[in-house]
Amino acid sequence: MSDGYDLIVNGRCVHVQGDATKPLLSVLRNELGLRGSRFGCGTEQCGACMVLIDGEPSFSCARAIESLAGKSVTTVEGLAPSGSLSPLQQAFLDEQAGQCGYCLSGILISAAALLARNPQPSRSEIAAALDRHLCRCGVHNRIMRAVARAGALMGARP
Amino acid sequence: MTTLPKSLPNSLLDNPLLGTWIGFEDAGCVRLATGKVEIGQGVLTALAQIAAEELDVAPTRLRIVSGETPTSPREGFTSGSNSIAISGGSIRLVCAEVRMLFLRYVADRLACPVGALAIEDGRFLRAGRHIGQDYWSIAGEVDLARPAAGDATPKPPSNYRIVGQSLPRLDLADKVTGAAFIHDLAPDDVLHARVLRRPWPGAKLADFDEAAVRRAAGAPINIVRDGDLVAFTSDDELAVMRAAQSARGLAVWTGGAEPPSNAGEPNWIRGQRTRDRIVETGAAVGAAGNRVVEASFSRPFLAYGSIGPSCALAEHKDGALTVWTHSQGVFELRKWLAHALGIDPAHVTVLHRQGAGCYGHNSADDAAFDAAFVAMRTPNRTVRVQWTREDEFSAAPMGSAMVVGLRAVLDANSRPADWTIEIWSPVHAQRPGMNGSANLLGAEALLDAAAPPVDINDVADDAGGGATRNAQALYDLPRHKLVHHLLPHVPVRTSSLRGLGAFANVFAIESFMDELAETAGEDPVAYRLSLMSDPRGRRVIETAAEMGDWFGTTARDGRARGFGFARYKNRAAYAAVVAEVEVDEQVRLVRVWAAVDAGLVINPDGAANQIEGGIIQAASWTLKEGVRFADGRVASDTWGSYPILHFSEVPEIDIRFIEARHQPTLGLGEASLGPTAAAIGNAVARTLGRRIRALPLTRERIMATLLAEH
Repeated sequence: MSDGYDLIVNGRCVHVQGDATKPLLSVLRNELGLRGSRFGCGTEQCGACMVLIDGEPSFSCARAIESLAGKSVTTVEGLAPSGSLSPLQQAFLDEQAGQCGYCLSGILISAAALLARNPQPSRSEIAAALDRHLCRCGVHNRIMRAVARAGALMGARP
Repeated sequence: MTTLPKSLPNSLLDNPLLGTWIGFEDAGCVRLATGKVEIGQGVLTALAQIAAEELDVAPTRLRIVSGETPTSPREGFTSGSNSIAISGGSIRLVCAEVRMLFLRYVADRLACPVGALAIEDGRFLRAGRHIGQDYWSIAGEVDLARPAAGDATPKPPSNYRIVGQSLPRLDLADKVTGAAFIHDLAPDDVLHARVLRRPWPGAKLADFDEAAVRRAAGAPINIVRDGDLVAFTSDDELAVMRAAQSARGLAVWTGGAEPPSNAGEPNWIRGQRTRDRIVETGAAVGAAGNRVVEASFSRPFLAYGSIGPSCALAEHKDGALTVWTHSQGVFELRKWLAHALGIDPAHVTVLHRQGAGCYGHNSADDAAFDAAFVAMRTPNRTVRVQWTREDEFSAAPMGSAMVVGLRAVLDANSRPADWTIEIWSPVHAQRPGMNGSANLLGAEALLDAAAPPVDINDVADDAGGGATRNAQALYDLPRHKLVHHLLPHVPVRTSSLRGLGAFANVFAIESFMDELAETAGEDPVAYRLSLMSDPRGRRVIETAAEMGDWFGTTARDGRARGFGFARYKNRAAYAAVVAEVEVDEQVRLVRVWAAVDAGLVINPDGAANQIEGGIIQAASWTLKEGVRFADGRVASDTWGSYPILHFSEVPEIDIRFIEARHQPTLGLGEASLGPTAAAIGNAVARTLGRRIRALPLTRERIMATLLAEH
């Protein structure tokens, strides 16, 4: 056991102690009270737990905390200041891109990363960026439209 | 109590008091209580629209109480695409009556006719002017603790301002910002629990290295055991996760019924012991001198595959048990939890909280039992049980595998003179309480578990049928024979998956219709229309054909369109689907068009979302899915081994609703799945020039079919 790990979560410095192999998702949900990132499979196969690690979409369900010292993590709660919505989240509401909604927080993360590097993605580029995410309700087309809409909104701003 | 008019919906007959449904306790807010629950389908938003419309209040005033045993109307399960028609129908009548009672009260006080009054967002107007009173100011003077008389006339649809609008989902904003699910409710001092599942029905735990599991946990855990039910608990969630994973590998099981590796394959299904019945109408027509067409179709066992594994919380305190669950039926769950735990149901409260998408009887009830079981043994702690992904795939109920045989004797015009459908299937419903059994997985593993029921029955035909759902084709068939082979005892836990038997039956019937059209040398859509006298059915078929440019498109190399149609349960929504596919070594779904007649649509966007979701889910079942077994267990217990449709495989989809606002609302949540499977199957058959009758239409099957040609 080490003295712990310092990382940045949603812009705040966080010190995590304990088992070096415990998954980031467990730390987020149980220690930091950030429960927007979801447990889906625990084996990096569904995307419900997706977070940004240094800007890159990464599974958090099996990612050992020891690998994250000094890194910056963004969860769905970090996409917009508390009480507001990012243009991306707003676009999901505008398109009513959800049924059960369980997959959405992870998808929002991958979509945010996509738009950061490609603000005007095509349908196939969006699909490719979201292909590590599973949605069982069948909301894929709405989700892809929401991502495109958010890109257009963000691109239109000065 | 007065006798209620028999024409009222069942939900209202069972819960007659107006005040059960509607209340004005908090200023500016309307309490709307429903026994139906949100399972991802948007039902609460639609029910709120119905209430707001009849009461003349803004939808934002509604505070919904859903699926809570102390305060919700008792409305059975949220299933079968019944919520809007039955619960919504009740809410419409209740709200119309509440509105009328208030108007009468105000009219009496003002000594004016009711017709001189109006309501605007809950405030009363006389001759267009506010009178300074609203629902809330006079709520104390209008007694709602009275049974519905059912004598108020709801608004005519032509006056609707809220119903028929695409009101945004009430719950979606919480879901794009953070914690919104039962999974997120645990208090900081929660006691985490995981349960060791039996690998097959009836398995006995022969050996279990407790010390090794404790070592694997890496932190102190408690082990709670009763018979073959073992739970691990700890303040540390990671410890119970590791314990459960380790125990799964270490446990040695004996006895019980292991599924063979070919479970779910057509030959296995046909080889099981069955209980048979025959339902016939019309006079039999002999085959002699007539053309006879026969074909047999199948689907494997399917996983419901929610993205979020089931979760439940429970607390036993001061002799009372409280359970938080995403069950589809909180009242039945309360009854059977109490039964299985040997406690008085009066001391059990069950509260619905939202889970991940629910497409049928999943493990929510099982998880609730698990949490309650642990809570009873650890009083004064809130216990949280979370299922694993692997257990979801291997221990949750599955959709039944089915074989559907069809045989038609054709008359001189190539129309079916004699039609037989023969179905082999395990049952499609084993929810808590069905067949007189708790049907709770954990309870079945207890030392003093009740004996399993001897007589297993499927959903009765008049309740929509299980395996026989949509077995009767909607076409004009002078002679119809149904042979139902029920498989009462199979080593696989089956229950309701979206559409029940309708999916395989519609896939089979609509594939067979294409085969008959081919025999007749006619266009498949024209052939269907020649056998369809229901005008709403005709219109849906014609509309989908027009949307998909059916008559203007010809199949070309490797690409073709296919058609599928059904009216769900033969009494809910009509749906017709055109699918375009491209086939090389595997099927690529290019585009889908769907026409739907669902009568009065409460929320068009929500309805379209349900239809489209059904199309995509059905495409996934049709092209990819099937549970696999090996070594007596489910072998497909990860997303890697049970693949579903990915974003890059999802086609663009066009949906059109037939305008029918003056017709009663028809349940639509399950309407698009069977027609989609058939449309894809028919498109693939046209592309290949050969038909694959066993689902799923995987790359392996396509390759085998292509190779068989050469």
